[in-house]
Amino acid sequence: MATASRNLRLRPYPVGLGMILIWVAGALGLSVAVYRWIVGLSITNMSDNRPWGIWISFDMMSGIGLAAGAFSVAAIVYIFNLKKLYPIVRPTILTGFISYILAALTLLADLGLPANIWHLIIYWNIHSPLFEIGWCVMAYTTVLLLEFSPVLFEALGWKAPLELIRRITIPLVVLGIMLSTLHQSTLGTMLTALPYRIHPLWYSPLLPVYFFLTAIGAGLAMTVFESYHSARTYQQKFELDIVATITKWIPYVLGLYFVIRVAELFISGKYIYLVQEPWPAFLFLIEMMGGILIPTLLFLDPKVRYSKSGIVWAAFLTMGGLILNRFNSSLVFLNGDFYFPSAAEIAVSIGLTCLGIIMFDAAIRFLPMYKSPNQKKELVTES
Amino acid sequence: MEINRRDFLKMAGAGMGSMILPTPDKSSASKLAEAENAFSMLYDATLCVGCRACQTACKDRAGLPPVTDEARLYEMPTELSADTWTLIKLYNGEDDYSFVKKQCMHCVDPACASVCPVQALEKTPEGPVVYHGYKCIGCRYCMTACPFDIPKYEWDEVKPYIQKCDFCADLQQEGLPPKCGAACPTGALISGRRGDMLEIAHKRITENPDTYIDHVYGEHEVGGTSMLYLSKVSFDKLDYPKLDSKPIPEITWPYMKAVPYVFFGMGGLMTAIYYFTHRNDKAKEE
Repeated sequence: MATASRNLRLRPYPVGLGMILIWVAGALGLSVAVYRWIVGLSITNMSDNRPWGIWISFDMMSGIGLAAGAFSVAAIVYIFNLKKLYPIVRPTILTGFISYILAALTLLADLGLPANIWHLIIYWNIHSPLFEIGWCVMAYTTVLLLEFSPVLFEALGWKAPLELIRRITIPLVVLGIMLSTLHQSTLGTMLTALPYRIHPLWYSPLLPVYFFLTAIGAGLAMTVFESYHSARTYQQKFELDIVATITKWIPYVLGLYFVIRVAELFISGKYIYLVQEPWPAFLFLIEMMGGILIPTLLFLDPKVRYSKSGIVWAAFLTMGGLILNRFNSSLVFLNGDFYFPSAAEIAVSIGLTCLGIIMFDAAIRFLPMYKSPNQKKELVTES
Repeated sequence: MEINRRDFLKMAGAGMGSMILPTPDKSSASKLAEAENAFSMLYDATLCVGCRACQTACKDRAGLPPVTDEARLYEMPTELSADTWTLIKLYNGEDDYSFVKKQCMHCVDPACASVCPVQALEKTPEGPVVYHGYKCIGCRYCMTACPFDIPKYEWDEVKPYIQKCDFCADLQQEGLPPKCGAACPTGALISGRRGDMLEIAHKRITENPDTYIDHVYGEHEVGGTSMLYLSKVSFDKLDYPKLDSKPIPEITWPYMKAVPYVFFGMGGLMTAIYYFTHRNDKAKEE
């Protein structure tokens, strides 16, 4: 265990007002989630004509979309062979892993009969997009755990399992990409089953493609946010060079998305809704301009990418664009009764997000997440 | 559990097989042809007097409590809910009016059964779309996907289940008509083979073209439904949405069919890129 204590690094934990608030919100959210299991879904504002609320739109749809950084960065580093970006792999994989755990936790709050969730394993309906998502998410969370496990093994000083995981790294990464491609796009397929509910500006036969592309874009932007957060909280160096290289890929992905979506708008004739209906048009324009076009142009400019505030703002816009898109398509412009989330729903959503930050911080504090001088050699031999 | 090991293996095998091999899927036309002999009901709104005997008979048979106010006084329920599976509404227009019955339409190719991840909703070959509560996980995708807004939820329960009309599937097995139809005193609600019901509906329209609008609602909507409607006022006034003839499962199935190709295609592509980008690695090491 001598190795374990050597590898365990205790960083000073910053206890400021922000951290206290995050802990309080996390504890509150978790308590409300437990309370919901005792009293049922009546503490939510969902109803018969509004069966899905913010737990689906925010925690599931947006949360899983933003977690796409994990497979995108793994692909860029291991498959496209950009070794320079290696230092960001671990925190990105961790963010992905935490996001999927949070999504699973939210699902346990949102499902009416959470104790039956394992039924996905025995009652198959291959026609259902949700069946496919369920399986992919279960499998991918396992893949993420395995991809993250070297960090734990290093901390514990376990050589044999570390070696084993290292040998299967590439197959694991490929499997992760395959599973992510499926469930990120299938989240879009899930909404194609609602042609009479979703506003035409958001309903499209190309929804799976849209969801996949925006997830990659926003997932990569999320890595900027992570690096920024850990740099600010732990006096870590903000790896501007690395995030500037990674975000170079965003304009290709989001640019492609923008072109396809605008083309579809005009080919299908749906642009008339931009003229006829002011509210959908307004939010559509905010989403497409503020969430897609502006960040794409910003990321294209090296001056923005290599400026700390520039890249962080562009990343925030991209992430906001994805969240707005998921809300617009699965909640705001989905026909149904008027809905505004109840305090309990908001508490769970915010609380679980805070729980994610707490988990991320704990990992940075206790585990070898970033390379330190004595680990450098090991990393080089690995890649 | 009502599933034994052999069934499970069979299902798993079929599931795996269909993920690799594209299974021949029935076209909507062949499903409609099969539905000819399935159980069906015809509701003629012009014959309905709004007595709500069907509504009461339904509650009685399904054991659903009356919907009361805070003083436990019974008022008429205004919407379908977990405790009200069928309902008579009155459309009261400027110069026309019509009663209309609401309940599950028992689609020929139902969206709810297609989107349910655990097959808790099932389209039986006899006609009814039935719900198996023991399978349900409570995701409420069926509620969102139903174009008629039919599945309702027990929001006040700690262990909530989906509630909806089951077409009295158990009575039908014994050869009896559903309770709502049996209770109807005016013949506004008749039941039988879907083919016969359609024939009667079209005959009524041709014989009395002034009484009916020329549309049997449910004949083609979302690929056809087991409940068929005749009316003298247009169906959108009766809160029956204008729907395409394409069944909703046919929208999602092409995507789901592509899943194995996307999965292995992506795997192949990534492996190829990996070998391409690492082609010089060996040389470097030597």
